[in-house]
Amino acid sequence: MNYVIIGNSVAAVGAVRGIRKIDRQGNITVISRERHIAYGRPLISYLLGGLVTEKRMAYLPEDFYETNRVNLLLNSEVVGLNTDKKQVKLAGGDTIPYGKLLIATGGDPFVPPIEGMTGKEKVFTFTTWDDANKLKGIAHDIERVVVIGGGLIGLKAAEGLHQLGKQITIVELADRILSTAFDRSAGRIMAKKMKASGIEVITEDTVVRIEGDGAEISGVTLKSEEFIPCDTVIVAIGVRPSAGFLKGSKVEVNRGVVVDDRMETRVPGVFASGDVAEARDFFSGQKNPMPIWPDAYIQGDIAGTVMAGGEKSYSGGLSMNSLELFKVPTISMGITNPIDPKEFEILTYQDMENYQYRKIVVKGNTLVGAVLVGIVERAGIFAGLIREKIDITPFRECLLAPDFGIIHLPKEIRNALFAPYGKVA
Amino acid sequence: MKRIYTLEDVCIGCHLCEVACITEHSLSKEPVKAFLHEQFRPISRCTVEELDGGVLSLSTTCRHCDEPDCLRACISGAIQKYDNGVVRIDTEQCVGCWSCVMACPYGAIQRNLTKKKANKCDLCPERKNPACVDACPNRALVYKEGSQK
Repeated sequence: MNYVIIGNSVAAVGAVRGIRKIDRQGNITVISRERHIAYGRPLISYLLGGLVTEKRMAYLPEDFYETNRVNLLLNSEVVGLNTDKKQVKLAGGDTIPYGKLLIATGGDPFVPPIEGMTGKEKVFTFTTWDDANKLKGIAHDIERVVVIGGGLIGLKAAEGLHQLGKQITIVELADRILSTAFDRSAGRIMAKKMKASGIEVITEDTVVRIEGDGAEISGVTLKSEEFIPCDTVIVAIGVRPSAGFLKGSKVEVNRGVVVDDRMETRVPGVFASGDVAEARDFFSGQKNPMPIWPDAYIQGDIAGTVMAGGEKSYSGGLSMNSLELFKVPTISMGITNPIDPKEFEILTYQDMENYQYRKIVVKGNTLVGAVLVGIVERAGIFAGLIREKIDITPFRECLLAPDFGIIHLPKEIRNALFAPYGKVA
Repeated sequence: MKRIYTLEDVCIGCHLCEVACITEHSLSKEPVKAFLHEQFRPISRCTVEELDGGVLSLSTTCRHCDEPDCLRACISGAIQKYDNGVVRIDTEQCVGCWSCVMACPYGAIQRNLTKKKANKCDLCPERKNPACVDACPNRALVYKEGSQK
């Protein structure tokens, strides 16, 4: 079989491993528009802040491509797909034939048109290694930065620049930072921490104009008419599935590339995984993009396995984020902001002074979501309880305890997880 | 592959597994030096969880999963599964993002806050049996061939 994978991040890596578990022989070609081998994309804020070196950016053991016999095409952008001829077209005009194709192109930063932005030199997005390098390269020329967007990317970019001694203002349209992944209280706690660390956080406002003469930026004007002086603007509003090259092809693109539970699109032999894909949600069953790292690996692994003739099925995307800002760790998962709270029971514990917060979201007898700030120990147990839809009735009152652990689960579950075979009670 | 299993009915909550783990992963591999004199005392990779003042206890460790959730969540590639099945963290590569802590359904990854690194069982590569297993006075820890559950 001739496998072609477009994209070279975590979904592609999951797919390569998935394929090679079954098919040691087939050809695998990985095409990437970037010039780097697979790297830990979320590490770019650590790189910017000087917390990791270039050497640590590599996501894989050095011999990965060789051991797995991957033909790697870097600096190559795919611009078209012809599913009848089964070939992809590169920007240079070359075509590459495939037997099975995986679309794992990830996301592109979304940059809305903002008045005054055209022609300004120091407007950046922050999603690639090269983005981090660019910012690092001109860091000596940066003093004050406005970050548009208070989501994960915006906040990590802000932290990285703060570590370089820059003065930062975050402008967020919603009523709080981290509004998608975390709940109101966690957002408030993290905003408090950011402010205490010297970062300005402005909510319920947005940048309407970038000011300055020629290529230079002198500041931004907000919807509230407030003017914030700055020399650099980072646009971190969000990412959109990188599926533009599929225009005119037979592959269905909704918000992302629509896939079934085997990660296959409606076109047989064409698969999609990771941030570009739109797969089934764990709770609702509806298809939506789930742009998080662990899910991209899982989807890539399923696609690779199925492409190579194996069987594997997606159990649904479960949102999950771990974010540490200024030494305050936070983890959130599942449903954290129920739209209709009547159907849910919500348990919380809060200690604002010490940046500690726990929230547990229960529906019926199962756990459906958790937010942990400050103490995040053994958070994954909650993920397991959510995924396995475990009946929490016997240990419901223990869920908020900071030392919640395996010991609080019923004996059958403890033994099933940890006892040797033949000795299970 | 061989894995560490726990017989909770004979666990007395003595924490000797943790002592042995810390000692094994120290520089000197001697308990007194490891606990009192070395600059960075390792933190234990197994955890004795207790309830009701110790009436109930068990030692939990990494299952070395066939498809590790921690590996899939790891953003730096520090977590790898080796050909012998062992799942290990390269602490040099780890950035302390705690994604593995978020993902592990066994709660088997610890946070080393001094070093800001994730910490987990490596099955003691320099020993025949893991140190915790050898140290358990009641044989509540069993090291044998078996699957992950």
